[in-house]
Amino acid sequence: MSKPERPVRTERILLRAAQEIKSGLVINLGIGLPTLVPDYLPDDFDALIHSENGILGCGPIAKRAQARASLIDAAGHYVTLRSGSSCFDSSVSFSMIRRGRIDLCMLGAFEVDQSGNLANWKIPGKLSPGIGGAMELAQKAKRLIVLSTHTDKHGRPKILERCRLPLTAPVCVNRIITDEAVIDVTPDGLLVQEIAENISAEELQNHTEANLIFPKTNLTGTSGVRRFK
Amino acid sequence: MNKQKEITETIAKIPSGATVMVGGFGSPGTPFTLLDELLRQGQDRLTLIKNDANEPGYGIAKLIEADRVDTLIASHIGLNRQAVGRMNSGQLRVEFYPQGILAEKIRTAGAGLFGFLSDIGIETEITDPSQIIEWQVDKSVTKRKLKVETALHADFALIHAARADHFGNLIYTDSAINFNPLMAMAAENVFVETFDLQAPGAFPPEQIHTPFAFVSTVVQVDLSPEYELMEHYV
Repeated sequence: MSKPERPVRTERILLRAAQEIKSGLVINLGIGLPTLVPDYLPDDFDALIHSENGILGCGPIAKRAQARASLIDAAGHYVTLRSGSSCFDSSVSFSMIRRGRIDLCMLGAFEVDQSGNLANWKIPGKLSPGIGGAMELAQKAKRLIVLSTHTDKHGRPKILERCRLPLTAPVCVNRIITDEAVIDVTPDGLLVQEIAENISAEELQNHTEANLIFPKTNLTGTSGVRRFK
Repeated sequence: MNKQKEITETIAKIPSGATVMVGGFGSPGTPFTLLDELLRQGQDRLTLIKNDANEPGYGIAKLIEADRVDTLIASHIGLNRQAVGRMNSGQLRVEFYPQGILAEKIRTAGAGLFGFLSDIGIETEITDPSQIIEWQVDKSVTKRKLKVETALHADFALIHAARADHFGNLIYTDSAINFNPLMAMAAENVFVETFDLQAPGAFPPEQIHTPFAFVSTVVQVDLSPEYELMEHYV
């Protein structure tokens, strides 16, 4: 599938995130990195993308000749509809979300912490464009995966012991996919499932404020943890 | 039973200080022509209820930039940096709700009810303890803490429908449905614009989204550039 050139860190997150999208799932992809994931799916993928402005069954981003002014996704892109799609009002759209009918949601994050708390809607005094659909998606999607660079643009950790920004929802994140690792939120803490091939376990821990659990290994080794490109 | 009227007399019914619901999620479903007439006529101190603030130079953004809006009730205004700037400098009061809660508060008013119970945002800063009640949800012994969300009413709603008939039966299309059918039920006075106005009977009855009882006035408008593809997105 053709797609624009993107930074290596971004590509790595998106390629790994695309592997989470399984046939038949109803998926919502939040603004930012998540909306780019479909560029990394095979053309014949069979998931149903929900867009909270009122679409179930979004197809690829529309080319100019296909675009309709009345048909955008929640991120504002002109989109196409795949066969079997439906369009509905905002009340129905969020009924679908609150009712637990979204199998998988991917959201971006300002901060995520070891309890699975998520902060992605407000930086007091700096950025507060509104809540949008984030609270309802974070609280009610069956499975929530956060896509984020492992550290912010200043190199500071985004995976914290405890979120400092206002929460979007408490204890909602199941998995975190970054350019450095795939990490699951478990009752025992943050369990590292995969590490990027160019980074050591020690470096990964140094880039993370919260304590990481490495299965069947110690901080200097990575046996038992899958590598990804 | 012909509810078709001219746009000038229709918008003239909105006084300064009114609370006005505006359909649309971004551009699709935004009643651009009705909004342009509201801008031209000069009403001010408006409270607008819209999902977002449109994009700079479009729809309600023009009213905000012309200092005609005191309060905006919305869910997300990230596509309009000017509106964010005005909010941050205190020129524009903005109340945010989670998008589906905003929709449901409007739907509740449209259903003639006064509120509902929800658990959305209950453990975040958008919830004040005074909004929480303990409620026996099912047969379990323990009560649940839930948030009381009240209905959101308005004096007026400005609606964009893909098609309408002279009675005021409405059909929407694509992602331009969004808040329109909810607002069309919730406001006291409901003004609808459409490109495609037909004689009653033109539409299959079961395919009508908003039945005419909710609608006050229908205005036929022309396709203008605001309704076409936005170049920076294609």
